Amino acid sequence: MARHTRSWPVLLSFVIAVALEILPLPSALQALRPPLPAMVLIYWAMMWPQRFGLLTGFSLGLILDVLHGQILGQNALALSVVAYLTVRFHLQIRIFPLWQLTMTVFALLACAALLRFLAEGIAGMPAPPLAFWLRVISGAVLWPVVMGILDRLRLQAEARPTRF
Amino acid sequence: MALTTVDREPGRLRNSSPGLRLILLCTIAVTLMVLDHREDYLSGARLGIAVMLRPLEILVSSPFELSRSLSETFANRNELLVDNQRLLDEALIRSAALLRMAALEAENARLRALLDSTAKVGDDMLIAEIVSVDMNPFRNVILINKGGRDGVTVGQALIDADGVVGQILRDRHHSAEAMLVTDLDHALPVELARNRLRSIAVGTGELDRLSLPFLPRNADVEEGDLLITSGLGGKFPPGYPVAVVRHIRSTAGQTFLEIDAEPLAALNRIREVLVIKREPGLSGDDADADLFNPASPAMANPEPPVADEVAPEPPAAGAVAAPPDSPAVEVSP
Repeated sequence: MARHTRSWPVLLSFVIAVALEILPLPSALQALRPPLPAMVLIYWAMMWPQRFGLLTGFSLGLILDVLHGQILGQNALALSVVAYLTVRFHLQIRIFPLWQLTMTVFALLACAALLRFLAEGIAGMPAPPLAFWLRVISGAVLWPVVMGILDRLRLQAEARPTRF
Repeated sequence: MALTTVDREPGRLRNSSPGLRLILLCTIAVTLMVLDHREDYLSGARLGIAVMLRPLEILVSSPFELSRSLSETFANRNELLVDNQRLLDEALIRSAALLRMAALEAENARLRALLDSTAKVGDDMLIAEIVSVDMNPFRNVILINKGGRDGVTVGQALIDADGVVGQILRDRHHSAEAMLVTDLDHALPVELARNRLRSIAVGTGELDRLSLPFLPRNADVEEGDLLITSGLGGKFPPGYPVAVVRHIRSTAGQTFLEIDAEPLAALNRIREVLVIKREPGLSGDDADADLFNPASPAMANPEPPVADEVAPEPPAAGAVAAPPDSPAVEVSP
């Protein structure tokens, strides 16, 4: 059975998410930057779990680690776990109403942040300030918007060729 | 709509076991973390990924570079003239200040030769620009546009026109990550310019504050004291200004003073930095030389010149005094 879907919109969404992750922001807003790569990963792992799952999360995490100059592997670990949870429960999550889905995303992002927090703590890094957790909240708040955009992108990617 | 199109593809998911893969990937991730944190085994892999991601960095920072270059291109003629005049004035003042530099350098080399310690006064510099890319928001780390390709190596010191900025943390071949002196993980050996009292300036995570946690309560520190690098530790060449002491708090019962210092380099505004290129091995030797000598130059320095000046004179005086004396003595009888 031939694939009717295109993967480039997905790739594009990941690239944009990573680019926005390193986009220079005023220092007041930096702590509020939503964790877009993790959110995009959750979306695609939920919608297309056959294609985007743990390996995507792992690679995305490695990329983020290098870009942020953090210990190699902490984002990889966090995003692998997030991808696993999403893939494991994707059928349940998908039919949640939006507010419930937003809460789930909040929990997943908090889980990722907690894993990174623990990894840094074990490595002996100085504990990040409380603002470290703000990203989880800003991510959850922005989830409906991100989901709306990605839904549109997905529907376009899934559109079956009508011409033949 | 519970099913997406991809769900109707033949099930790769059903055959694979995500739990097993999760355990595998987690193990790999933890191994990576241990290897990366304990030893420097993974710098090659990191470098590879970083080089691959370079286009993305260029893409993200290009609008900012473009807007800057555009604002330079379309700068007002008057502004340029004013700027030019100001720079000319500055160059004049600085070159006047440098006039005596050559003489002082030679004198310094001579004195150092007397003390049997070698130290280079001038350092090789490399101008680098800060790339408009955000790093970890909770660490004071920046990205500069010069890397291993241009001779930047890990551990080199970064300064700007006003003071010490930080040091190179990781090389990315085309660019390099640098840690600012205010990072929580950064400690910089400094001394007070006034009395050479040595201490360590520890970063606080805030861009405008350094802390000096290890000075006892009877230490001779005053607000407004200038801190310069001491050269101990071997990473930073000695003598570069770092910060100015701002607040001194002495709490009864505490062994040490709480001292805040403000970095001289404009860490939140800098665009260009200078990378000081020194051979790591060489700098270590220098530091050692300085480590064992700091007391001796301070104490021996004033003495030999005095001795030198005094020593020639008595013989001269004697020579002058004696001949008239002896003839006088000879003549008188």
